[in-house]
Amino acid sequence: MTTQPPESFLELRDLRIHFPTEDGLVKSVDGLSYKLDRGKTLGIVGESGSGKSVTSLGILGLHKGGSAKISGEIWLDGEELVSASADHVRTLRGKKMAMIFQDPLSSMHPFYSVGAQIVEAYRIHNKVSKAVARKHAIDMLGRVGIPQPDRRVDDFPHQFSGGMRQRAMIAMALSCDPELLIADEPTTALDVTVQAQILDLMTDLQREFNSALIIITHDLGVVAELSDDILVMYGGKCVEYGSAEDIFYRPEHPYTWGLLGSMPRLDRDRTERLLPIKGTPPSLINVPSGCAFNPRCAYAGRTEGKSTTQVPELLETEGGHLVRCHMPRAERRSIWDNEIKPMMEST
Amino acid sequence: MPGSDPPGHPGRTIVVAFIVRRVIAAVLMLAVVSMATFAIFFLIPRALGQTPEGMASRYVGRDATPEAIQGAVKRLHLDDPLLVQYGRFVKGIVAGEDYSLGPKKAECPAPCFGFSFNNNQPVWPTLLDRLPATLSLALGAAVLWLVTGVSIGVISALKRGTALDRAAMTIALAGVSLPIYFTGLVSLSVFAYTLGIFPGGGSYTPITQDPVMWFQALVLPWITLAFLYAALYARLTRAGMLETMGEDYIRTARAKGLRERTVVTKHALRATLTPILTIFGLDLGLLLGGAVLTESTFSIQGVGKLVIDAIRGNDLPVVLGVTLFAAFFIVLANLIVDILYAVVDPRVRLS
Repeated sequence: MTTQPPESFLELRDLRIHFPTEDGLVKSVDGLSYKLDRGKTLGIVGESGSGKSVTSLGILGLHKGGSAKISGEIWLDGEELVSASADHVRTLRGKKMAMIFQDPLSSMHPFYSVGAQIVEAYRIHNKVSKAVARKHAIDMLGRVGIPQPDRRVDDFPHQFSGGMRQRAMIAMALSCDPELLIADEPTTALDVTVQAQILDLMTDLQREFNSALIIITHDLGVVAELSDDILVMYGGKCVEYGSAEDIFYRPEHPYTWGLLGSMPRLDRDRTERLLPIKGTPPSLINVPSGCAFNPRCAYAGRTEGKSTTQVPELLETEGGHLVRCHMPRAERRSIWDNEIKPMMEST
Repeated sequence: MPGSDPPGHPGRTIVVAFIVRRVIAAVLMLAVVSMATFAIFFLIPRALGQTPEGMASRYVGRDATPEAIQGAVKRLHLDDPLLVQYGRFVKGIVAGEDYSLGPKKAECPAPCFGFSFNNNQPVWPTLLDRLPATLSLALGAAVLWLVTGVSIGVISALKRGTALDRAAMTIALAGVSLPIYFTGLVSLSVFAYTLGIFPGGGSYTPITQDPVMWFQALVLPWITLAFLYAALYARLTRAGMLETMGEDYIRTARAKGLRERTVVTKHALRATLTPILTIFGLDLGLLLGGAVLTESTFSIQGVGKLVIDAIRGNDLPVVLGVTLFAAFFIVLANLIVDILYAVVDPRVRLS
């Protein structure tokens, strides 16, 4: 393992976040590595409990409590964060890296006005007067598309609509020009019509600030539009990683096929059924032996018995496209081309 | 319903309207309480066979002649219909009432709650006379329990699972479980009668007479009363704090890069204390109507001691007066809490 600072703006190396509980060790994140450059967007996709949110909280140093065991490396702009002091990571939070949370109503303090909460975020990292910070807050609210920001700035979160609240959250997260922005299910709590607006807003702002953006979601449709690269997580591990084209046009992992197949699409006949992934996400305490996906995998029988005995390696298939699967590459390609793809395009 | 919210800051007029609404509601509440109290003390005895003569005989003494009793019935208008009596009762409270007791007139200026059966003294001045002792006891204990209870609760929550937390919660459990007459008597026996650090029961002195003695005499009652409430508040605060620290907005506050100290004091404590404030207001209001057990245990001549003595002596007007007095404090406390809540929690004003 190298400890050299990487060239990428953000790089995770073999990150593990384990929580000891009374029932056993919960391996929420188990050996995750990826890189992300400024101005690029990474989509992290997976079912609930796959470890995608914990990873991001870990980057910010917000994975809960002193009980969590974190190992590996998180490099942000040449600094390693896992070994850094908690107080140093705190000074980076909000300034260098910021996060947008899923439910903007519960994520904002109900007793403080929206403006006051943005002002607070700004003044932690910028030694300015309240009046200056307030002007900045109004400015930020205007930039995220809130009408009459000079009046709405004194409103409380409950006086905003859902979409407005998420805009205000974005304004708060962007108030100190963070270079890394993590959005955890940013549109899940919103109306469909508002979702697109928020996603557009985030990409516009990302372009403007040239920040690195991580979007965490269980919705492939969201990442399809925004992401340069996509990371598919399952059971705390990365099972497939590649460019958006790789994941949507040349996916090689059975779990990714399942995610694509369970995505509702308008261009398909409504009478045709979705192709849900059978079974439930694995318990992170008793991860299935071998490949964590094997109990739900329709192709587990084609691995010469390795699926239950060996953990598959995450291997490159071509040009930065990584897959964690026991099946030979040719077989995966052939299954996708001959079985899955025709089925998805059949109507 | 975010869509129906008016845009902009809730204006001053909305806040004023809110306060006016609450004050009107409080006054109505007092009217209802007075009716209910009056009914309990006059309607029910009458339904159970109490006659106006029986009532009047309480005023004139043991060996009264029938004429004297009849005279008292007339003077006190006890033979009027109950509704008229209630009207006179309310008028007495609002405007005062003059009774002609025998040859001399007895003036009972507003607020008039009538005269004690036992010593023919008007109830209101007696109450006022007893109030400072109860106020001293209740306010002092309230400050003590609020500060200690909340601090212990917060520290316990932040150090959850440690020996400190477990010790604090064990003591708190004891505090909630032990009755005041037990802790009070034990503390008196140890600190007053054995060690002699503090004066014993019945040594309460008004602050205007001797501030040092006032303080010394109240230390044990304060601690005894505060111990019970502090234990309760420590548990409430701890539970509230644990819940609040798990809220999403606490995570947001941390994600901004706030110091943990600020996260706790500015974000978590504010949300935790709001419901505690409500309970505090009501507890304090309740105590101002008389801390019966503590006052009895330490022989403090407060409102609580007054009412307990009145109940023992069947002194109906005094019991009635204290009841309304106590109800007044509770309604007042409720009103203040409501208004404070609106100041603290912006969501209240519009709902």
